[in-house]
Formats: sequence, C-alpha cells, structure tokens
Amino acid sequence: MKLIKTPCGLHCIKIIDFGVKFASEPVFEHVNLHVHCGTLTVLIGQNGAGKSTLVRAILGDIPHEGKLEFRDRKDGELQKIRIGYVPQKLNIEKNTPVSVYDMMASYHSNVPVFLYKSPRLKKKILEALSQFEAEDLIDQQVCNLSGGQMQRVLLAMAVMGRPHLLLLDEPISGMDVNGSQLFYKTIDEMKQKFDMAIILISHDLKYVAKYADHVVLLDHGVAAQGKVGQVFGSPEFQQIFGKGEWEHDVSDV
Amino acid sequence: MTFLTYDFMKYALVAILIIAPLFGILGTMIVSKKMAFFSDALGHSALTGIAIGVLFGMRNVNLSMVVFAVVFALLLNEISRKVMVSNDTIISVFSSASLALGLAILSKGGTFSKYSALLVGDVLSITPKELWFLAGIFAITLLFWVLFSNQLTAISLNKTLARSRHMPIHLLEDAFAVLVALVVMVSIKWVGILIINAMLILPAAAAANISQNLREYHFFSVVYALFAGLLGLWSSYYTNVATGPMIVIVAAVIYFGTYFYAKRYQ
Repeated sequence: MKLIKTPCGLHCIKIIDFGVKFASEPVFEHVNLHVHCGTLTVLIGQNGAGKSTLVRAILGDIPHEGKLEFRDRKDGELQKIRIGYVPQKLNIEKNTPVSVYDMMASYHSNVPVFLYKSPRLKKKILEALSQFEAEDLIDQQVCNLSGGQMQRVLLAMAVMGRPHLLLLDEPISGMDVNGSQLFYKTIDEMKQKFDMAIILISHDLKYVAKYADHVVLLDHGVAAQGKVGQVFGSPEFQQIFGKGEWEHDVSDV
Repeated sequence: MTFLTYDFMKYALVAILIIAPLFGILGTMIVSKKMAFFSDALGHSALTGIAIGVLFGMRNVNLSMVVFAVVFALLLNEISRKVMVSNDTIISVFSSASLALGLAILSKGGTFSKYSALLVGDVLSITPKELWFLAGIFAITLLFWVLFSNQLTAISLNKTLARSRHMPIHLLEDAFAVLVALVVMVSIKWVGILIINAMLILPAAAAANISQNLREYHFFSVVYALFAGLLGLWSSYYTNVATGPMIVIVAAVIYFGTYFYAKRYQ
C-alpha cells in the first residue's frame, strides 16, 4: 500500500444541488460545491445551519437530493469515489477492552479481530499510524486516549482507506489551544502529502482564516463561498457572525 | 466425579459446555453495545410468547415463544431508531407491557404455577435431541461471529464512520438482535427467565474489567462463563440447589474478584 502520493490537482469532486429534509422541513437546499484534491474546504456556520447534516449527506448516511460527481480531469472519466470520515467523537465507555489495533482492524479488515492479531494487518496499521507519529499507540485502549491522541488515530484510520475525499468534523471537546494548533497543522500537511480533497467543519474562525483554501458559509443553504477574504468580508458573514470581531484576522489574509 | 454416573447429569454437563461459551461470546457485544436492558427484556418476552401460543391453542408453544421473541427484538430495534426518547425508556415501556400481557393470559383461571418452572429453569431436564439443537445454534453463532463481529464492533464505535465504510448497519444490528433472541429462547428452559440475563452479562462484564483488547475480552469471557457453569453445576449437585442460581452466584463472585483486582493492580 502506498499512502503518500502528492496531490495531482486533477481530481475534482462536484456536489450538485444537495438538499436534505427532516420531516418535510428542509435543513438545507440547493447546495453546490466544487472541491479539488490538495485543497482544504472549510464549512462554517452557526449551530443548526446544517454543517453536520451536509457531511452526513455526502457520506450517504442520510437520504438526500442531488448528486455527487467525481471526475478525473485527465480523461474526464467519472470514477467511483472513496470517502473517508473523521468523526468528532466515538461512542466508547471507560473500561472498554478495544485497542487501537482492534478498532482500526474492525473498520478496515475482515480478519476476525476477536480470534487473532494478523501480523500483516498490524504492519499496515502501523504504517498508517506512523504518518501521524502515533505508532506507539497501537496497543493502547481506545477509551484511554487523550483528545489529541484520539484525533491522530482517527486521522490515521481515515487515511488507511486511501480516500479521494476526506470529511472531518473538528473536535471541540478535549482539545486545548496547543491541540487545536497541532490539529490544523496536521491537516495542512495532509493536504500536501496525500492525494485527496479535504472538507472540514470548523468552529474556530481564527484557524479558518489561517488555513482554509476555500470557505463555505452555510445557513440552510450556501450563504456565501469563496476565498477567506471574500467570505469574511461578505454582508452574509457579518450578519451571522457580527461585525468587527474578525476584521483583524481578515486583514491578515 | 460420581455425579456423572447419572445420564441427566451428563446431558446437563454437555449443555453447559455449549451454552456457557455461547453466552460468553454474545455477552461481550451486549456489554460493549450497552444492550443489557435489551437482552433482559428479551428474556421476559418468553412468557408473552408462550401465552400467545396458549391463547391460540398451539400444541408447541416453543414455536410461538421463539417467533414472538424475534418479532419483539426487531420491533425494539426499529422503534429505538425512530423514536427520540431514551432507549431504555422505550425498552422498559414495551417490556412491561408485553410481560403484563403474558402474565395476564397465563394466570387466567389460576394456572400460572404450571409455568413457574420457567422462571428458574432446569438444566437437568435436557434431552440428547435438544443438545443437538443447542449445538446447531452454537455453530451458527460462531460462524456469524467470524464473519461479522468486526463490523459489529465498528458500528458500536461510530455509526456514521461505519457507514463511510459501506457497512449495512441496520441489517447487521437486526441480525445480531435476532441471534440474541434465538439463543436466549433456546436456552431459557434450562437457564430460567430470571437469571438468563445474568449469564449473558456477568462473564463479559468480569472479562471487561481486566482485558485490554478484544482477544483477551473474548478469551476471559468464555473462560469465566465455562468456569461458572461447571462449578455451578457441580456444586448444585452436592448442595441440592437449583443449578441456574448457583452458576450466577459463581459468576457474580468472579465479577467482584476481577473488579477489585483491576482496581488494585491496573
């Protein structure tokens, strides 16, 4: 397996006219996005604006309108897309006997984890973990990982599936300032190291201003999208997040 | 080993050698998925299934019991997906309603005592034919586990993540619920309604106390279940106490042992 493959810039993913309804009430409608490998697209918006719902719709986890197209620009052929996902948190109790190896093997292999530990699979998992300097966590219990360790393991797990598109829900709990800084740095390195497009839900506009290539402001649909400066300077942005507070960050960009 | 001179003791021994590992294996997932209350409700639904069989004058109430349990398990799964009330509230509502219905039907005309044996079960009454049936269920469970336990673990950790790996979440959850329903129903006559959930939960919970990965978890769960089953059977013979409760007492002692061991050394 070759994990590292620099982005070719030739893959493009089109999200065309996406819409989701809960009990015939639209959560969002007519969402059109266009993402390329090697770029970071960030979804922002208030709570309930439909960010997580959009991510789940892209994953095919909930019924939705619209379609997803994945094209290789070299020959224009439509291809089957592989999508990776990094959740905000796992549903795991204290004291659960599931190790990092067990978790990664459960998602990525049919070798029954409860019976034996396959050396081949272990090698593969170690290789993925090493991309995020997390090899030494392989035998740790998942429930005992710190916020930052958990994030690195989840990223390694997502990369193992060699996705064309990686969807991330930024962690908000259990991360300190250093942790968040490291998280965004890692994402920034990933988009240069791997041949994939990244869509991230973010709750921290300061980091968005610093790292995003493309920003999408959601408010039951796309309220504004474009480069950081364009979106942060738009009237829609100021209506939702208030004026003034982010001017300093925007002027940096 | 004098207790093995009787045929019924030999059969009981074989039954425990099959049921204990079966419960040990399934228990790990029930504990991990926080389904203890679900399996408890399933056990109680046996009475309702029998009552329905009696009501319709069926000759073989075992059939109505198994069918009802499977329907009940699928219904609980479906409802907990749709309704936004806490899962254990939903299970409690349906479990008490169905149990009350079962008890009402079975107690009509003062005949409930006929069924009270089901509450504690009697492993000594098992026949060779029934042993073959248990062995069949055991084989099915093992096969299911080899094929699907990875995906069940993945689903229990994060459903959306499992979906991103194209796992058939609803299908596997339903299959697991049906499997648990089948295993509980075929063993309920020997283990008893009141203690069957303890047999499912205690060995796995004890194993979880001291295990760090899924291999240790399964190994210890099966070993504890076997140990509790065998020691319970042996000691019940010499103390003239019902076998089921004796097994649960041994399993409970193991649980507390591992709990304090883990607290002290881990």
